[in-house]
Amino acid sequence: MPFKRFVEIGRVALVNYGKDYGRLVVIVDVVDQNRALVDAPDMIRCQMNFKRLSLTDIKIDIKRVPKKATLIKAMEEADVKTKWENSSWGKKLIVQKRRAALNDFDRFKVMIAKIKRGGAIRQELAKLKKASTA
Amino acid sequence: MVAFRFHQYQVVGRALPTPGDEHPKIYRMKLWATNEVRAKSKFWYFLRKLKKVKKSNGQVLAINEIFERNPTTIKNYGIWLRYQSRTGYHNMYKEYRDTTLNGAVEQMYNEMASRHRVRSPCIQIIKTATVHFKLCKRDNTKQFHNAKIKFPLVYRKVRPPTRKLKTTFKASRPNLLM
Repeated sequence: MPFKRFVEIGRVALVNYGKDYGRLVVIVDVVDQNRALVDAPDMIRCQMNFKRLSLTDIKIDIKRVPKKATLIKAMEEADVKTKWENSSWGKKLIVQKRRAALNDFDRFKVMIAKIKRGGAIRQELAKLKKASTA
Repeated sequence: MVAFRFHQYQVVGRALPTPGDEHPKIYRMKLWATNEVRAKSKFWYFLRKLKKVKKSNGQVLAINEIFERNPTTIKNYGIWLRYQSRTGYHNMYKEYRDTTLNGAVEQMYNEMASRHRVRSPCIQIIKTATVHFKLCKRDNTKQFHNAKIKFPLVYRKVRPPTRKLKTTFKASRPNLLM
């Protein structure tokens, strides 16, 4: 299977370890085989090991080491935020965050909603069973 | 960035003024050490070898730490060093790509220890410089001088995001491809 996600200038990656866990960053330059210079609109440019990055499918069009304003403009044009939030990976992360931020009352509401949904599914299933046997 | 083990210091010192020499020459040295105390000690070590002055008849006038001016840009550093191997002293020139000089020096110490089994007390840094990419000598650094660099990450070992979530046994085979 050929590779689909490459380390290249403009590749958007997700930080999966360390202090900046969960942040979307753009690879702005490659230091050497193990490290990349990485930048995001709300942080200082820093170097990160590739082991801390998970590459995504999103890529933006920038030159090597752009200025902060150029980077922000390119990210706006490529619409990285909406692309990420609409991707299945991004959606999963949003749901995970919401679930982690529930308080007890919210969890109670979720429980009730799940029971209701289960009841509705079982009613439909019973109807279909009756229709198939009858 | 992670804390560096080696810091760069500028140490300025001179011999103590004597009746024979009221204004001795002042010498300045840039060196790498883990802390200021060691930097001063290193300063006297080198100065003793170059001039007839020791710590007992000299004084350190200033010691300042030197920080990286542009830690957000990648530079190619060339380091000239003199090291003591099991059989004698040798000179070496090594190149590193890094954002800061301290980072490159730390890479150098780690590499000398791993590749040549030379510990840090046996290494003397003669000179460091940022090298223009056209003047780099080592292929290992030159291969990254590509504005359209592109390579896949071939073997992806997935790590748990915190050490607390580490488990010895896993339910399913990890996906190494991405």
